[in-house]
Amino acid sequence: MSKEQQVLFAGFGGQGVISMGQFLTHLAMHTGKEVSCALSYGAEMRGGTANCLVTISDEEISSPLTENPMTAIIMNRPSLDRFEDKIKPNGTLVLNSSMVDRLPQRDDVEVLQMPVNLLADQLGTSRVANMVLLGAFVEKQGLMNIDQALEYLDVVFKGKQEAIIAKNKEAFLVGVDYARKEWK
Amino acid sequence: MQRVLMKGNEAIAEGAIRAGCRGFFGYPITPSSEIAEYMARKMPTIGGVFVQAESELAAINMVYGGAATGARVMTASSGPGISLKQEGISFLAEGELPCLIVDICRGGPGLGGIQPSQADYFQATRGGGHGDYYIIVLAPSSAQEMMDLTMLGFELADKHRTPVMLMAEGTLGNLIEPVLVRDEVTEFVDKPWAITGCLGRQPNIVNTLHMPVEQLQTRNQHLTEKYQAIRSQEIRSEEFLTEDADLILVAYGIMARIAKKAVMNARSLGIKTGLIRPITLWPYPYGVVNKIAQTCKAMVSIEISTTGQMIEDIKLATAGKVPIHYIGEIARTPNPEEITQQLLVIAAKEGLI
Repeated sequence: MSKEQQVLFAGFGGQGVISMGQFLTHLAMHTGKEVSCALSYGAEMRGGTANCLVTISDEEISSPLTENPMTAIIMNRPSLDRFEDKIKPNGTLVLNSSMVDRLPQRDDVEVLQMPVNLLADQLGTSRVANMVLLGAFVEKQGLMNIDQALEYLDVVFKGKQEAIIAKNKEAFLVGVDYARKEWK
Repeated sequence: MQRVLMKGNEAIAEGAIRAGCRGFFGYPITPSSEIAEYMARKMPTIGGVFVQAESELAAINMVYGGAATGARVMTASSGPGISLKQEGISFLAEGELPCLIVDICRGGPGLGGIQPSQADYFQATRGGGHGDYYIIVLAPSSAQEMMDLTMLGFELADKHRTPVMLMAEGTLGNLIEPVLVRDEVTEFVDKPWAITGCLGRQPNIVNTLHMPVEQLQTRNQHLTEKYQAIRSQEIRSEEFLTEDADLILVAYGIMARIAKKAVMNARSLGIKTGLIRPITLWPYPYGVVNKIAQTCKAMVSIEISTTGQMIEDIKLATAGKVPIHYIGEIARTPNPEEITQQLLVIAAKEGLI
């Protein structure tokens, strides 16, 4: 991993886009990194556009913003249309293929696809879709090992119901498995 | 000590509580509402007072009442709400009542929008309400500083008996970062002037009406001397790579961090740039800006505002010594890459590349 990386999460309100960013921020902070998470959403919390930019760095973070993130996690079609051109060359585009009905046009970025909603539905609830994707991303990115990540999730979820924590961890691991098999 | 992830707005609220603030009076407005939300949750559990007032006017006058009793109290709002509070802030200044007023700026004028802005600079740094006064204005640039400068704000307010404003952009209010949570403040200055019940002593009176000419003159003279003392003691600023710089960026709040990155980018492209970051917007670091103007070739004010507001203070500080450029827009926070591009244009114009 380079000294500083910036990951954009984008989708519509209600998809857990901001939560995903916050979880990654938490996890990275626990590994001792400098982190920041800049939120951007419209007046409408559900159904409107939502995105957040996570910066993870070995050093003090000067700018928590960027026009050109190295990685973009794209949860719906409007977000792909808006951010595809912004990703840095040789960057990574992670795509929720359940919700995005076209392929990216860029040929200078790595494209990782995942039917996030389908995988979440198989777990019985689409509400954990964001955790499925997060699991896959953490596995692929290699910021921390998965056991460590699960421990940190306990800290992040502290105070929530056991069943909810268990479901989210299950979803996280489904994502991890998917990445191991499909994103080699 | 453990770092905790906090939104900038939450860091303000927690910092206030740790500074001993036990009274929050506000009226919610985006993008400041998380402060009120946090206080509504916390205050009742620590013996504090949270009031969602019926209006901004009511809220600021509750601050007046609370501060007059010697308690550490605060309010928080955004531009449109701060405008409404200005009458009360003028009264607080004349009553010499210490308190913290938080402005999480959004775009204006009018109701404007909820997107980030630094366009409340004028009303923050020029008193804002009627009459001859200033208030101390602090501009944090990280979630950590949202906490630290909130705590400093209460300290300065008590030290100088003045309202203090903490001014930040909506971007910073919503920025989540690790915060080292500071220890609770346990030592407070005495407030022998406070209205605490006068059994066994002469009554204290907090009053802002001074009809006799001499009384008004004496009051204003006293305030003027106090502002002079604040100017000599409380100016705070930061410099980054200014010593050999040809082109100096001046930016505050979150823009200072973005400008810092742009400085590094521009240096990698061969332009000798540096940054001055005012931390106190009033009193403004005129001396620092003036000193650096003697050695640099041009300056750029970078603000989240289209008209340019702080640029006027840079002009005052530099007194025509160097050309001053402007980069600014409203309703979004520019990225370092965009600023770097604009710096290239300015550097070319000034013959620096």
